Amino acid sequence: MPRKTLISIQNVVKHFDISGGWLDQLKFSGGRLVRRKTVVRAVNDVSLDIEQGETLSVVGESGCGKSTLARTVMRLYPPDSGQVLYRGQRIDNLSSSDMKTYRTRMQMVFQDPYASLNPRMSVRQILEEPIRFLRGTLRRDEIQEAVAAIMLQVGVDPDWRDRYPHEFSGGQRQRISIARALAVDPEFIVADEPIAALDVSIQAQILNLMMDLQQERGLTYMFISHDLSVVKHISSRVAVMYLGTVCELARAGTVFQSPRHPYTQALLSAIPRLGEQGFRHERLKGDVPTPIQLPSGCVFHGRCRYADGRCVKEIPRLRQVDEQTMTACHAVEEGRI
Amino acid sequence: MADRDNLLSVKDLIIRFQLRQGALTAVNRVSFDLAKGERLGLVGESGAGKSVTGFGILNLISKPGRITHGSIRFEGRELTQMSEEEMRRIRGNRISMIFQDPMMTLNPVLTIGTQMVETLLAHKPISRREATEIALDRINRVSISSPQKRLEQYPHEFSGGMRQRIVIAIALLTSPALIIADEPTTALDVTIQADILELLLHLCDTEKTGLILITHDLAVVSQVTERIAVMYAGTIVETGATGQIIRNPQHPYTQGLLAALPQNVPAGGRLKQIPGVMPGPSRIPAGCPFNTRCALCEEVCRTVQPPLEPKQAGCLAACHLLN
Repeated sequence: MPRKTLISIQNVVKHFDISGGWLDQLKFSGGRLVRRKTVVRAVNDVSLDIEQGETLSVVGESGCGKSTLARTVMRLYPPDSGQVLYRGQRIDNLSSSDMKTYRTRMQMVFQDPYASLNPRMSVRQILEEPIRFLRGTLRRDEIQEAVAAIMLQVGVDPDWRDRYPHEFSGGQRQRISIARALAVDPEFIVADEPIAALDVSIQAQILNLMMDLQQERGLTYMFISHDLSVVKHISSRVAVMYLGTVCELARAGTVFQSPRHPYTQALLSAIPRLGEQGFRHERLKGDVPTPIQLPSGCVFHGRCRYADGRCVKEIPRLRQVDEQTMTACHAVEEGRI
Repeated sequence: MADRDNLLSVKDLIIRFQLRQGALTAVNRVSFDLAKGERLGLVGESGAGKSVTGFGILNLISKPGRITHGSIRFEGRELTQMSEEEMRRIRGNRISMIFQDPMMTLNPVLTIGTQMVETLLAHKPISRREATEIALDRINRVSISSPQKRLEQYPHEFSGGMRQRIVIAIALLTSPALIIADEPTTALDVTIQADILELLLHLCDTEKTGLILITHDLAVVSQVTERIAVMYAGTIVETGATGQIIRNPQHPYTQGLLAALPQNVPAGGRLKQIPGVMPGPSRIPAGCPFNTRCALCEEVCRTVQPPLEPKQAGCLAACHLLN
């Protein structure tokens, strides 16, 4: 069935200048003093659509740009170029006051529930603040009702509303972060490694909660994670990122069964397997290059066993290879893999 | 395993932290054996006492913590009775430890070569030249290219995965009989994690080095170890052959832990969850420590702590309901 596109990320580029003040930028080169900037190319020309009601997971190893992409979608960073559309409306160039109407529709849950909750605010204050700020028309008793309802829904006893974050366990705190995101009744939630800091038995609780909430409220998730078995479980589609670009985008079932891009193949082969002795993963040569000096052509060519002359020169574009899968790989396109 | 010589034998180990509010028991009557060259996985959630047990073996518990009871026999000698001087000859020599964060383990202002040579000179009566030879050999063995050049580099010049390889090379320097690896790959990406674990497995196998792998990741343990000990709230609740425990767990906690993994449920389905959280060391209930979260809890579980004893399935488990 055709679904409506909720978020459309189009050719988004995000670079960070890390060269510091102009004195730090001065370098000697060929006997002359030159000023040189150091730029981290975190996200390079990424295009993705997120459909309403789905869970799109973005996976990749640390430094691949998945969190930067998430924050750019949330407009926590403005993109350097490209655009982000919300139901067809551009939101990447809005002023913060115009953005406010979209803040009730899109919310974010962060990785570390110890760092993302203000230790000096009670749970009541944490949950009331977004409601007051973004849904200003509510009366005080209506706000209190909304807070109690949301606490019940995420499984935190509303009687604890006057307690502070340090009085809760990690899992409970992550429930409170989710409650804070839900307090303004959004339809889209970006979850950046929401369970990475939690123990296995607690991870299951939070994942179940997120899946339940999605059903009850028809939420759309953009789920950022490096834990591939979790991603396999909860996603409808998966985008695999490497060095700031999307190298594969496919239905979750398809990508885990028949990954097409050589990087995806290597990544998936390295997932620790329960009940298997020893290792049969595909070893990648070398290390991930630095995003300060991106390789030419395909960013993966230095570690890819299928790379040829074209891969060194030409950047592969994300193309449909079959109904289920899009990859950015010359070798797949030419039928060499 | 009776056919192999015993390397390490931990018996009734209790580690307490004496605080102003009272004593906290972080490790409560933990017992296990390790044969020469055997690989044991110590699994559990954070706060279960796995790392404290690891530190306890090396007598590295600092105040206000203390080993208050039990014995640790290693190569026939009692470690708990040793003086600090004697202990220092064992630490980093007969028993090496690998930690989670390689950047914290390596000294950032010394070259890799200096750190490796110093370690060797501290433990062996050999010359600097011989020590350098051994260092080169170990760097070779952890699959790092151009070892000569690497010795002159500083830790910041290596990537995370390479640093952990160096740490493993250092752990191997003195050809220890036992390596204790505390979450050695938790800080690493999944492709690098697989490389490092494979290397560790290969080295322990070829050198016949015993390994205690401390981790929260059951899949990692199942790939690397021969035996598992599952810890919960300071006690071992189940121990046995790795394959058997993964396939056929007996203790309700181990069952819950395995059932909570997404691998064991069809995609998109509801995950089985263990209700509640593990009690901290100040809140461990009387009787079985798991009784607050156990669906099968009976009267006896609230009063009597179950001993770790052989069960029908061939493992050892601490549960009243398995007989």
